[in-house]
Amino acid sequence: MATQTLPAKRTGKAGSTLFLKTVMAVSGLIFVLYVLLHMYGNLKVFWGEEAFNTYAHHLRTIGEPMLPHAGLLWVIRVVLIIAVVAHVYSAAQLWKRANAAREQKYAVKKAVAASFSSKWMRWGGVALLLFVIWHLLHFTIAKINVGSGGQGSEITQNPYQLVVHSFGAWWMVIIYLLALAALGMHLHHGIWSASQTLGFTNTPQQRKIAKTVAALVALVVAVGFALPPLFILFGVID
Amino acid sequence: MNLTLKIWRQAGPNADGQLVTYPVSNISEDMSFLEMLDVLNEELTAKGEEPVAFDSDCREGICGMCSLMINGEAHGPEVTTTCQLHMRSFRDGETITIEPWRASAFPLVRDLVVDRSAFDRIIQAGGYISVNTGAAVEANNLPVPKVKADRAFDTATCIGCGACVAACPNASGMLFMGAKITHLGELPQGQAERDSRVVSMVNQHDHEGFGGCTNIGECAAACPKEIPLDVISQLNADFRKAKNHA
Amino acid sequence: MTDTQGLIDDMYRLGDPIADTKAPTDVPIEQRWTQAKFDNKLVNPSNRRKLSVIIVGTGLAGASAAATMGEAGYNVKAFCYQDSPRRAHSIAAQGGINAAKNYNDDGDSTYRLFYDTVKGGDYRSRENNVYRLAEVSTNIIDQCVAQGVPFARDYGGLLDNRSFGGVQVARTFYARGQTGQQLLIGAYQAMERQVAAGSVKEYTRHEMLELIVVDGKARGIVARDMVTGEIETHVADVVVLASGGYGNVFFLSTNAMGCNVTATWRAHRKGAYFANPCYTQIHPTCIPVSGDHQSKLTLMSESLRNDGRIWVPKRKEDCDKDPRDIPEEDRDYYLERIYPAFGNLVPRDIASRQAKYMCDEGRGVGPMVGDFRRGVYLDFSDAISRMGEAAVKAKYGNLFDMYARITGEDPYKVPMRIYPAVHYTMGGLWVDYDLETSIPGLYAVGEANFSDHGANRLGASSLMQCLADGYFVLPNTIRNFLAEGPFEEISEDHPAVVEARQSVESRIDKLLSINGERSVDSFHKELGNIMWEYCGMERTDEGLRKAIDLIRSLREEFWRNVRVLGSANTLNQSLEKAGRVADFLELGELMCIDALHRRESCGGHFRAESQTEDGEALRHDDQFLYVGAWEFAGEASGGPGAPVLHKEDLVYKSIELKQRSYK
Ligand SMILES: Cc1cc2nc3c(=O)[nH]c(=O)nc-3n(C[C@H](O)[C@H](O)[C@H](O)COP(=O)(O)OP(=O)(O)OC[C@H]3O[C@@H](n4cnc5c(N)ncnc54)[C@H](O)[C@@H]3O)c2cc1C
Ligand code: HEM
Ligand code: HEM
Ligand code: SF4
Ligand code: F3S
Ligand code: FES
Repeated sequence: MATQTLPAKRTGKAGSTLFLKTVMAVSGLIFVLYVLLHMYGNLKVFWGEEAFNTYAHHLRTIGEPMLPHAGLLWVIRVVLIIAVVAHVYSAAQLWKRANAAREQKYAVKKAVAASFSSKWMRWGGVALLLFVIWHLLHFTIAKINVGSGGQGSEITQNPYQLVVHSFGAWWMVIIYLLALAALGMHLHHGIWSASQTLGFTNTPQQRKIAKTVAALVALVVAVGFALPPLFILFGVID
Repeated sequence: MNLTLKIWRQAGPNADGQLVTYPVSNISEDMSFLEMLDVLNEELTAKGEEPVAFDSDCREGICGMCSLMINGEAHGPEVTTTCQLHMRSFRDGETITIEPWRASAFPLVRDLVVDRSAFDRIIQAGGYISVNTGAAVEANNLPVPKVKADRAFDTATCIGCGACVAACPNASGMLFMGAKITHLGELPQGQAERDSRVVSMVNQHDHEGFGGCTNIGECAAACPKEIPLDVISQLNADFRKAKNHA
Repeated sequence: MTDTQGLIDDMYRLGDPIADTKAPTDVPIEQRWTQAKFDNKLVNPSNRRKLSVIIVGTGLAGASAAATMGEAGYNVKAFCYQDSPRRAHSIAAQGGINAAKNYNDDGDSTYRLFYDTVKGGDYRSRENNVYRLAEVSTNIIDQCVAQGVPFARDYGGLLDNRSFGGVQVARTFYARGQTGQQLLIGAYQAMERQVAAGSVKEYTRHEMLELIVVDGKARGIVARDMVTGEIETHVADVVVLASGGYGNVFFLSTNAMGCNVTATWRAHRKGAYFANPCYTQIHPTCIPVSGDHQSKLTLMSESLRNDGRIWVPKRKEDCDKDPRDIPEEDRDYYLERIYPAFGNLVPRDIASRQAKYMCDEGRGVGPMVGDFRRGVYLDFSDAISRMGEAAVKAKYGNLFDMYARITGEDPYKVPMRIYPAVHYTMGGLWVDYDLETSIPGLYAVGEANFSDHGANRLGASSLMQCLADGYFVLPNTIRNFLAEGPFEEISEDHPAVVEARQSVESRIDKLLSINGERSVDSFHKELGNIMWEYCGMERTDEGLRKAIDLIRSLREEFWRNVRVLGSANTLNQSLEKAGRVADFLELGELMCIDALHRRESCGGHFRAESQTEDGEALRHDDQFLYVGAWEFAGEASGGPGAPVLHKEDLVYKSIELKQRSYK
């Protein structure tokens, strides 16, 4: 004696928290790929000036003449810029919503399961953004040598020399190490979080795998990036 | 046992609230946490002070009515509901801070009581299988593989208490939602509306003012029914794949 | 019978006999429900929108009714006192739900379920209703499975059954130990779907405090919004009560804190007959009371009695010893001793009563509560040495964990302690075959009515009855009434509406203005003690008379000396409790009167004067083969006046009457 089942109300997906999270995850994973690649490039310092500079040069000539000079690099840059904008936008939106979702805070609140990394995602992300801006000014846009040897073009226009001279300054190394700590933490939670957000961790085993992979990648990236500056600072590379 | 309680008192949704300190004495270890509050309330009544309002009904850990943030933990230090928490989990002389669930989507009603009807509205948005009474087929015509049936059951045990929201730093309702999505999504009966269900529920969730999930995991740790984090992944996967949600 | 004559003058009056006139008895019992569905009038779909239904309660009975009536297109308003319909106390049911599916081909059938239910009810239920219940039981399972209720399944993916409550066929469907929860969530979701569709409007944290009766017909309710305190009137064409059982009259029970009799009691006061109020079911395996602070009792599955052995010390002096230090020869395995054939597996009422005797003798164990110990041992040490700890854990692990959490004792090492507790109330509003009460337009479904379980309910049969009523029976019988509509509009200022509303307001004012010395809970506890002592597992003429006196004076003190703080226009939990306890104080008296007048033992009602030589319950079918339906007879000084008893004779045509025996 029943009436008909009604059609579901039409509701879009975009704009929902889950959509924003997906954007974060996808853009975040683009960053992961990028930093892995970048780290691989940086490790070329250990093979000496030529290997490193050839690599930097090669980056700009890949695909020629199909692509213009530095074409692929620009593709990467555009993707990264879009990713950064999307990532930061979504992060800001989610941050805002999370704040609005609990207007009145607890007087006492314990964190039982939250990892240290997960608690630092937002401020850690901001730190990373600041770092990247500084880093770009330093190595890509302004190319300033902060270490010994002055601003001569034989240093500032030679990536290897710029790197080696810059990390002669201990405080510079410290800035980088701090940034790498932030990056390591961001990736430690971020990679697991992205797998969860994209829906790849539907069983306890998958969850464990994602967490292990996240920790490993975070460690590899942090250590991989940290090696050149440290070796330079301690004079192993010069 | 003698204890010092710091309890959030607030006369109504728009009144100012504050933590008020009450000493209680002669508390037996065998009392449940709520029975301890009953004792306090009897004392307050005797003194002519209005008793502390808090929610509870079944007092056996199944209805999801009880709540309370106890020393910063949803449902207190054990993995159970507040009504099944016993005083032997506390030390003599301890100070216990008791606050209501805090989430904008759970507006405060009075003292420790909040309004969780947002959860009902999420279910209204699609947390069901559309089958009119009388329209069902013979039950055994729908066999369900044991693994799927078990997972559906595990996630169907959610009691809608809201501890996940209370514990989540983002006040997100994703564990509650994931539990329902997984329960219905594992069953053959749930497939017809799978896409529209997840999209509508997520939209309602956001509309109610819950925060987004950043996969912190506090929710699952606080959940008295031990709903696992995988359900949030399942929810995300279903959402990503949902096409027919018109 | 001379004594009964005396009672009549004293406690109650005898009214006209009543009968159910709605069942189509001209066809054989197997065809009656089909016939009724055909005979019942139909309501044109376009008229349904114009008809409104109030449903009080969103448990299995109420939620399923609301969903189904909503689907049909009526305008439904559903009320509950919790903050969400999903929290109704049906959620707590553990064991399972019966249905005559006969999936195991073990000889089950509609008739066998019907037969078992009537026999289990000790031949005090109405054949027609019970047969219909057994008949629709199979539809319930289909419906619930289609809704996504995750019943237990075997590895082939098909539904699994177990046998339950001492019957010999496996017909119980279950979802681990949470069947009630899963069924309720199914019904709740179906109802929420209708809320989204606009056909059901839900009123949570709303408590029904009065029934509105206009020209002899139920036309609405007065409810209090428990958050704002506002007194609201809701009018409708028909009112359905699905407000659950009244076990909380005992204060301590396995019911939820908020379970109450207010909805049905208010209806009773407006003319609905209250049937068999004294029939209560006491469950033997609950976790005992640990002290005066205790607020409720927790049930543990009866299955524990399959492997645990029940005993108390032979000597009183041993009662405070560590049970492990009491040697075998000093232990009294009293059930095995008294009932060698059934041993620890005797029916619920016998196991409960024997435990009480042991404790009354002073041989109870556990902490002293009041002046004696309430508990007996349920010992698994034999089972552990026989099956191994791992096997015991696999079978009972979750129950042991629950016990450990509540008591702080490890049941693998120390014997568990158990004690009986009030669990279910078979009595309730009298209804006919259509589930209509004696007030036209007022229906009662679920535990709130008296209909199907007679003097004792079988395990896993209440869930079945609630869902049968809500999904299948009520929506088909209520048509008879609604087809008469559309009905005359009732305005908010109709004198009957205003009167109902004012009576609620003045009662609340009264409760808040007494400002006496004692808290509501202290009255409730005292009432509970009286009920447990004199109207609990064993009842005697003398005890019941004493109880009635005690209740009357307690009620008098309540209205003079209760202290309810706070105001009427906020959330005020003391005020809510006060209203409920005030009604329990009246119900308690009626229960005692009913128990007093029924000078036989049957099912959950054990009169010490009426037992066999072996201490078995002894029915007197010649005198008491009837439903006792009580009519409220107006106020006397300080409470209800002597009620009027209407007898509905029970006619057994399809089943032969027998006495039960467990020796
Ligand atoms: C611990 C326990 C275990 C059980 N196990 C089993 C089992 O295994 N199998 C079985 O078959 N049965 C079992 N039972 C019995 C069964 O659960 C109940 O009889 C049944 O669920 C009652 O359902 P109901 O819909 O009638 O009422 P309830 O589920 O109690 O619902 C009552 C509804 O009425 C509302 N209400 C009450 N008063 C008012 C008011 N004044 N105003 C507004 N709303 C009101 C409440 O809010 C609630 O929504 C068990 C019972 C208990 C206590
Ligand atoms: C303003 C700058 C940034 C902010 C505020 C920020 C914030 C966040 C937050 C809050 C998350 C958590 C998302 C979640 O857990 O669901 C996240 C994820 C992530 N971030 Fe960032 N981030 C920033 C910059 C960066 C940068 C520069 C990188 C790369 C080097 C990066 C890489 C990642 C990755 C890989 C994830 C995982 C994606 C996911 O969790 O779904 N982020 N970020
Ligand atoms: C020790 C650590 C690092 C070193 C030595 C290093 C070195 C460099 C150098 C030399 C360049 C310029 C390359 C070129 O122009 O050819 C560069 C570019 C860049 N680096 Fe790093 N980097 C380090 C860490 C990081 C980290 C942690 C990040 C991100 C989180 C990062 C992001 C970038 C980006 C976005 C560019 C710009 C690439 C482009 O030209 O588009 N770097 N880095
Ligand atoms: S998921 Fe767990 S914590 Fe959240 S509402 Fe359900 S039972 Fe409560
Ligand atoms: S704690 Fe909150 S952030 Fe997500 S994983 Fe749980 S909802
Ligand atoms: S009161 Fe029901 S779960 Fe705690």
